[in-house]
Amino acid sequence: MFSRPEKLSMYWKETTRQMIDIGIGSLVIIGLVSVFIGAVTAIQFAYQLGSSSIPKYYIGYIVRDIMIIELAPTFTCLALAGKVGSNIAAELGGMRQKEQIDALEVMGVDTTAYLVLPKIIAALTVIPMLVVLSAFMGMAGGYTACTVGGLVSEAEFMQGLRAFFDPYNIWMMEIKAFVFAFLLTSISCYQGFFVTGGSIELGRASTSAVVISNILILLADYVLALILT
Amino acid sequence: MIRIEDIKKQFGDQEVLKGISTVFEKGKTNLIIGKSGAGKTVMLKILVGLIQPTSGIVWYGDTNFSALNTKQRKAIRTEMGMLFQGSALFDSMSVEENVRFPLDMFTNLTKKEKEIKVDKTLERVELTGSNNKYPSEVSGGMQKRVGIARAIILDPKYLFCDEPNSGLDPTTSMKIDELIRNITAENQITTVINTHDMNSVMEIGDNINLVHLGELAWVGTRHEVMTNKNELLQDFIFASPFLQRLRDAANLNKNA
Ligand SMILES: Nc1ncnc2c1ncn2[C@@H]1O[C@H](COP(=O)(O)OP(=O)(O)O)[C@@H](O)[C@H]1O
Ligand SMILES: [Mg+2]
Repeated sequence: MFSRPEKLSMYWKETTRQMIDIGIGSLVIIGLVSVFIGAVTAIQFAYQLGSSSIPKYYIGYIVRDIMIIELAPTFTCLALAGKVGSNIAAELGGMRQKEQIDALEVMGVDTTAYLVLPKIIAALTVIPMLVVLSAFMGMAGGYTACTVGGLVSEAEFMQGLRAFFDPYNIWMMEIKAFVFAFLLTSISCYQGFFVTGGSIELGRASTSAVVISNILILLADYVLALILT
Repeated sequence: MIRIEDIKKQFGDQEVLKGISTVFEKGKTNLIIGKSGAGKTVMLKILVGLIQPTSGIVWYGDTNFSALNTKQRKAIRTEMGMLFQGSALFDSMSVEENVRFPLDMFTNLTKKEKEIKVDKTLERVELTGSNNKYPSEVSGGMQKRVGIARAIILDPKYLFCDEPNSGLDPTTSMKIDELIRNITAENQITTVINTHDMNSVMEIGDNINLVHLGELAWVGTRHEVMTNKNELLQDFIFASPFLQRLRDAANLNKNA
């Protein structure tokens, strides 16, 4: 008697499926959220500047840095906790209740590895990319709001985007993205994997996944802010 | 052959199985029968190691399955196939992908070889032409067939079926039973089936284990069911008034 090892290719296949699921599936919501956040940030900052002596191009600078340092990673991951996190919890919970996890187990598949690892790897790869996209969309939103609303000229906004750039902030953004991505997938996997009972428990697990992820992301954001700045 | 020795299972202070010992024989359809909630599913899941018994031993041939660690269990698990009550097909995969899954996961066969094996197995369960449909797009009976195909594609030595005909109409039900019985005999598999279906008991009950209130109430073959006087067995088999009238009519004829 011998134990047949599991095929890595199946893990890879599942990982790519998850990447597509998380990535393509979240493009629209992340794009939309980011454009509006960037626009609102720009408008509000312009309002606060009022007729002060701070140069107008600062609006571009502020929108860029606030998107990169805080809003892109945090808002993206809060939105993804709602979308991806609840999805993961519901998928795994449904598999648990319909005995699909048992079926894998009886075949000899390492269920925790096969069901959880691809999701975490996919999230750690795709979410940091989504966060970059979010930062760009946020700046585009700010640019549009400012120029359409006539708050600042195109040239001034672009000047601001290029001013005082510190590459370290990009690191900060990506570190946050990694940490938040790990938090939201592992919490959601846990909530789904250990579901018992019926559809009420499944709904509850899905909600818990979102709520707990959100709280921990905000907590981690606070801690990272203390460590990284 | 699978042998269980004094299997007990407790959930909290509910004693579901109170010390069951029996043998499931090779090449036969071994039945575990009993009312809903009798503990049939728990017993089946203990056999495959999805639930740990509170005490007792499960033997696969000469191997003490209960004493094995996860890694060692994997070796035996590659020789098991299981059909779950709700079929437990993977929703994100087509019929073909579901059946091919064990091949993809555990074998080095080429694409062509897998294709041949999948087609042969789908043919064996009389399910051709649905390869690209998704589980939600096929009927309950077809889902069971896909589940059986997935369970037998690695040519298991042991096959477990949890209520294979629950939720099916009588005709489909009989066909599924027949299929399981034939596969069992052809491949000399040790098959264990949970059921509370009268028809299955009479048609494929090579070795019947009646579980009642957590204890083994009766063991025998389908040929002994009609004539046996065991009260629990008679209560279970002739639960419906219709069957009771049939039995009484048969007895009247015999006595006349
Ligand atoms: N995981 C579990 N936790 C607690 N009780 C359980 C669990 N699984 C089964 N039971 C209880 O064990 C008893 C037998 O259940 P089961 O084996 O599913 O019955 P059936 O014979 O209908 O398949 C039921 O009373 C059920 O509530
Ligand atoms: Mg059951």
